[in-house]
Amino acid sequence: MEKTVNNKAWFMVLPVLLLVAFTAVIPLMTVVNYAFQDSFGNNQFFWVGIEWFQELLSSERFHDALVRNLIFSFSILAIEIPLGIGIALCMPKKGWGVPVCLVLMALPLLVPWNVVGTIWQVFGRADIGLLGYFLNSLGINYNYTQDPVAAWATVIVMDVWHWTSLVVLLCYAGLVSIPEAYYQAARIDGASRWAVFRYIQLPKMHSVLLIAVLLRFMDSFMIYTEPFVVTGGGPGNSTTFLSIDLVKMAIGQFDLGPAAAMSLVYFLIILLFSWVFYTAMNNIGTEKKHYAGEE
Amino acid sequence: MLELRGVSKTVDGMDHIRDVSLRLESGSLNVLLGPTLSGKTTLMRLMAGLDTPTAGQVLVNGQDVTGVSVRKRDVAMVYQQFINYPALTVYENIASPLRVAGVKGADVDKQVRKAADLMKLTPYLDRTPLNLSGGQQQRTAIARALVKGAHLVLMDEPLANLDYKLREELRDELPKIFSESGAVFVYATTEPTEALLLGGRTATLHEGQVSQFGDTIDVYRNPQDIVTAQTFSDPPLNLLGLTKSGGEFRTSNGTVIPASEEEKRLPDGHYKAGFRPHHLYLQRPSEDAVCLPAVVDVSEITGSESYIHLTCLNHRWVALEHGIHNVDVDAKIDVFVDAKNFMIFDDEGRSVASLMHEPA
Repeated sequence: MEKTVNNKAWFMVLPVLLLVAFTAVIPLMTVVNYAFQDSFGNNQFFWVGIEWFQELLSSERFHDALVRNLIFSFSILAIEIPLGIGIALCMPKKGWGVPVCLVLMALPLLVPWNVVGTIWQVFGRADIGLLGYFLNSLGINYNYTQDPVAAWATVIVMDVWHWTSLVVLLCYAGLVSIPEAYYQAARIDGASRWAVFRYIQLPKMHSVLLIAVLLRFMDSFMIYTEPFVVTGGGPGNSTTFLSIDLVKMAIGQFDLGPAAAMSLVYFLIILLFSWVFYTAMNNIGTEKKHYAGEE
Repeated sequence: MLELRGVSKTVDGMDHIRDVSLRLESGSLNVLLGPTLSGKTTLMRLMAGLDTPTAGQVLVNGQDVTGVSVRKRDVAMVYQQFINYPALTVYENIASPLRVAGVKGADVDKQVRKAADLMKLTPYLDRTPLNLSGGQQQRTAIARALVKGAHLVLMDEPLANLDYKLREELRDELPKIFSESGAVFVYATTEPTEALLLGGRTATLHEGQVSQFGDTIDVYRNPQDIVTAQTFSDPPLNLLGLTKSGGEFRTSNGTVIPASEEEKRLPDGHYKAGFRPHHLYLQRPSEDAVCLPAVVDVSEITGSESYIHLTCLNHRWVALEHGIHNVDVDAKIDVFVDAKNFMIFDDEGRSVASLMHEPA
């Protein structure tokens, strides 16, 4: 078969190519360029090879922030995914409750990120915040500006409050797409509630869950605004995540070279983890499963 | 045996099922025939126990099971959509009713393999349903119903989404397979041809009511009313308005159609004659046939048959002719009907024949 070559096609994709080039490729290339050089202002650059990378990968500061990020991401995934599935399962499938629930669920997602931070910053304060005051009056010593545990708890609860809705909405979309006949068939089979979840709802939600896990992982791994507003990375460095560290380095210290190197490593870590999640979850989906039945 | 006594189902003030009484014997094949929205699925849901009737009783082997949850009943159901556990293999799908029932070890394997063999699924046991063709998916669902060995097997248009060849194959096999099990077998369909091919007994449904229930052939040949005749006719039944006076019927253009000896005893008045599309002829079939003027609307040619849609005396009719008949649209043609093919209905749509056989 003869292949048709039509050069006009290039004009069709040109706008997208330009857009991607100017928003992603060229900035990324600049970052790559910075990562291998040192600058002392005045537009003077010196080639340093992989020095910044060596320095970064052996720096304790980077290791600590990375570990904090991983703990944070896995904690919120471990909370938000099951919680999101649970709430989605409880939501009504028809009637007046549907729009009410959907709007309630969407509300946290509509709040700007720095506002979320401010809300929780005030909410958690021991002197004027409702949560902080309440907890302290119960005898729990809660002060996120001094206690790393309280700071972590605040940041995690805040993220759960902010983002579980996204998981809920995705799961709900997956659930409502299951035809009623499946549930009927399961009832006729005498399948238990757990079997219905395990063998019908979960497999049917698999693709949206994959998206939810990826989105939540990427977003939480890049989290900046909310903890920055609430804790500013403290107390000490206890809630300093990679993004906060990166901004300190790039804007605060104006170390463009090391910051660029860190950006690249940061980017590659996210890419790697996303790929691992994607592959692992796809494998779970296609793996042959056996019906456990009722015991 | 499954018995429905005066079963009704009302949802939000709308009657979905109205006063249905049916007696379905064990080991029998029962067809529910009716157009879309006639209540077939609702009736099946009531039979299964997925829904509770608003009025009336459901009895299984003489025991009232109205309101008993479907989980506690012995029912299997196959749907128009292919419903299987998406993440389980074909083997595990077929085994699932057995596992729920607590069947152990080798018994499961034996029964699964037997059902898979019957349904020609043996090569696909390790696949998941989504990696199968539509026909194989539906056969998996049927195999699941089969291993369950339920007392009541409900099939809701199970072959509607399958291609022609598969449909023919399964339509032959299904009644045989399930009649051996001694179950009450209920099969819902919109297609009169399918009901006739399946045989057994047929209940025609119209707007939530059973218009007639009896041996399939009998219902087809002797519908009690116009609704049953229409439900059991595809392409649609042709109707002709008639006025009876004395010993003859007259059409609106004055054409005389002599009445039979039995029909002569009917009181004078308005009647309707129903006849099937293959009884509307383009050529005079016999000396007794009556000629009527018609205008062609559309002609459809399927190859071995031609459907000619036409208007005759303000009635819209379809003629089914064998072979290819090219008729020009808007052509004025003569069509022929034979009174011996007529089913005569009175003004209220009741079959005159059935009225005459009833004791006065």
